[in-house]
Amino acid sequence: MLLLGNEAIVRGALEAGVGFVTTYPGTPASEIGDAFAEIAPDAGIYFEYSVNEKVALEMAAAAAVSGVRALCAMKHVGLNVAADAFMSLAYTGVRAGLVIVSADDPSMHSSQNEQDNRYYAKLANIPMLEPADPQEALEMVRHAFELSEKLELPVLLRTTTRVNHTRGIVKIGELPKTFTKAARFVKEPSRFVVVPAVARQRHKVLIERMGQARQLSEDSPFHMIIGKAQELGIVSSGVAFNYALDAVEELDLTKRIGILKIGMTNPLPCTLCEAFLLSSERILVVEELEPYLENELKVIVADLGIHREILGKGSGHFPQLYEFTPDRVKRAIAELMGIAVEKPVAQTLPPLPARPPQLCAGCPHRATYYALKLALGDEFKNTIFTTDIGCYTLGLLPPLEMADYLLCMGSSIGTANGFTRATDQRVVALVGDSTFFHAGIPALTNAVHGQHKFLLVILDNRTTAMTGHQPHPGLEFSVTGHVPAVAIEDVLQGCGVRSIHILDPAGLQEAVDVFKEALQESKEEIAVVISRHPCVLLRSGG
Amino acid sequence: MRARLYMVGVGGQGTLTAARVLGEAALAADLNVIISEVHGMAQRGGVVETAILIGQVHSPLIGDGEADVLMGFEPLETLRALSKASRHTWVITNTKPIIPSTVKLGQGQYPDLREILSRIRSSAGSVIALNAEDLAQQAGALIAANMVMLGALVATEQLPFPGEHVRDAITRLSPRYAAINLKAFELGKAYVIQHQEEPDDGWDRIRAGRASQAA
Repeated sequence: MLLLGNEAIVRGALEAGVGFVTTYPGTPASEIGDAFAEIAPDAGIYFEYSVNEKVALEMAAAAAVSGVRALCAMKHVGLNVAADAFMSLAYTGVRAGLVIVSADDPSMHSSQNEQDNRYYAKLANIPMLEPADPQEALEMVRHAFELSEKLELPVLLRTTTRVNHTRGIVKIGELPKTFTKAARFVKEPSRFVVVPAVARQRHKVLIERMGQARQLSEDSPFHMIIGKAQELGIVSSGVAFNYALDAVEELDLTKRIGILKIGMTNPLPCTLCEAFLLSSERILVVEELEPYLENELKVIVADLGIHREILGKGSGHFPQLYEFTPDRVKRAIAELMGIAVEKPVAQTLPPLPARPPQLCAGCPHRATYYALKLALGDEFKNTIFTTDIGCYTLGLLPPLEMADYLLCMGSSIGTANGFTRATDQRVVALVGDSTFFHAGIPALTNAVHGQHKFLLVILDNRTTAMTGHQPHPGLEFSVTGHVPAVAIEDVLQGCGVRSIHILDPAGLQEAVDVFKEALQESKEEIAVVISRHPCVLLRSGG
Repeated sequence: MRARLYMVGVGGQGTLTAARVLGEAALAADLNVIISEVHGMAQRGGVVETAILIGQVHSPLIGDGEADVLMGFEPLETLRALSKASRHTWVITNTKPIIPSTVKLGQGQYPDLREILSRIRSSAGSVIALNAEDLAQQAGALIAANMVMLGALVATEQLPFPGEHVRDAITRLSPRYAAINLKAFELGKAYVIQHQEEPDDGWDRIRAGRASQAA
């Protein structure tokens, strides 16, 4: 079967009998949730797009401690949102298997940073598996549920864009007859309520479990030694392993280089690594982003009291930036082996006009931006626009140019709080509907209570558009059908906002007038405009 | 045995679908296949790049100079992706430009089409330039330009499996539009076969030879 990496993850979870799945959409993880949204009701699996990653993980944790196998998927920065729950979850542990998928995005194809989430596994002290391709993703997910139950710990599956969004041939396994989604929680407060006295005990348990995990890592079926390290040993994990493999084959070095591929990267299989390190004087670590394996290997070498050259980021053979390409890895290996490789003819191209992505033709955000710009008039230049994560971030580009500061989901409102107090400039915060629910509400209550004066524009296009039109709490439907909607205006009212306007950006003059009025009011107290018009790509109109 | 195909186009041109067809065709031919896609920008007019690797290969990406075939669904994007090509690369490019927003805003000029093609010719092995939109329209739907491109690809005989597998995959993936898609596919194929036999005036080859000697 030809499966996308994300589809292979879904299949692996199904084969393991997963009964409970939660997510918040985000590239490159979105297709995991989208596939479950399609099949969960028929399969009898509980699935939901949760309001954010933290809630998604808390729900999955509850399922797993109740005895239901659970999976929680998110993009790498989503784990920052879920991190508070994630850290304590390692202490309480789980009863049924819990697999957390973190989809990292080296090169930032569609992300605000390229953080290396392998460090989260080390930080929380939980086991981690890193697939190199869709086939391995399927097998690792299936295996991760068993590992999770054996250790009573959640397991992190750390993927990268080139695994999530690679389509490859995948051999699939059998599906179970039924999926368990209902269970009974058996109370055990001395384990599950992490007051300090309990936490102290649980941290001890966690360390012991990770001791066991170390042994399981030695025997993990996902490590592989290829060839014999004679002149050079390569240590690799994840998608980078494929580049190393192709390079060694193409350079005809299979008799001279050995490769250790590590599949379970926390805890590391120390004995296996030691044996490999002893087999060659020089080791090249081929891994994307941070020198995670590289530094671990340096520690092992130090413990062994031997001398080995550990090459990689520290030695300048690879950058800490961006995803790798096969030619880059090939060049590094060839150079170390003293082989001259034909350099591709350098292409000297004239400067070409860029082709940045655009807000779609007919996108309601365009109309909102335009009306707001007209309403601001001369004040436009003295206005700070704090923006957020969504299609509307493209308002950054000319001719709109209405994006001045962005950190993360919900930061438009939080930073607007700060700008109003730190400067005497006018501040307009722009946030989408899904992002407002995800991380905007605490910052809004902060603004009301702190009497921070700015205009908040909620671009309500009735969907989570950028990631593929997933539903959110503001809508009257979810994957399971009709549900009560949480109206944004009710939330605003409940939070104590007094200046609330709702407009349809399709009517330009009215929109400009409303913005003018709201801008005036925002000099006295926080004013909010909900600019509501369904995304132009929504077939049903929301 | 392996083939590395690099496809590039503008969001909405159907590169992902074309890649999917090739993936299914390779699978039917019992060959290993890896397709790497970048999602997210597909509907927003950005550049969409897809790598398709068939046969004995593990990497999901194609490095500089490594493409056996570079398929450009838009001429400027073919030019931008030229670093993937080398002297042995077949380049198949659509000649119908899609003007980027930046040009409309006066932040750059769209290069002259003849200049684009001559730059491509001076760096690549064989070059096929065709107006895929025109042929797609002849087939009955502008949107089938991606199928025209697939037909042109099959005509180059650079795929390590028979073109029949591509035809079958087109039918299987979208039975409803199979008739138009197959017609577009055949028009693309026929165009290349016809124009391959046209003798070239020799200058391109001489220029190419000189350039490689100079390098």
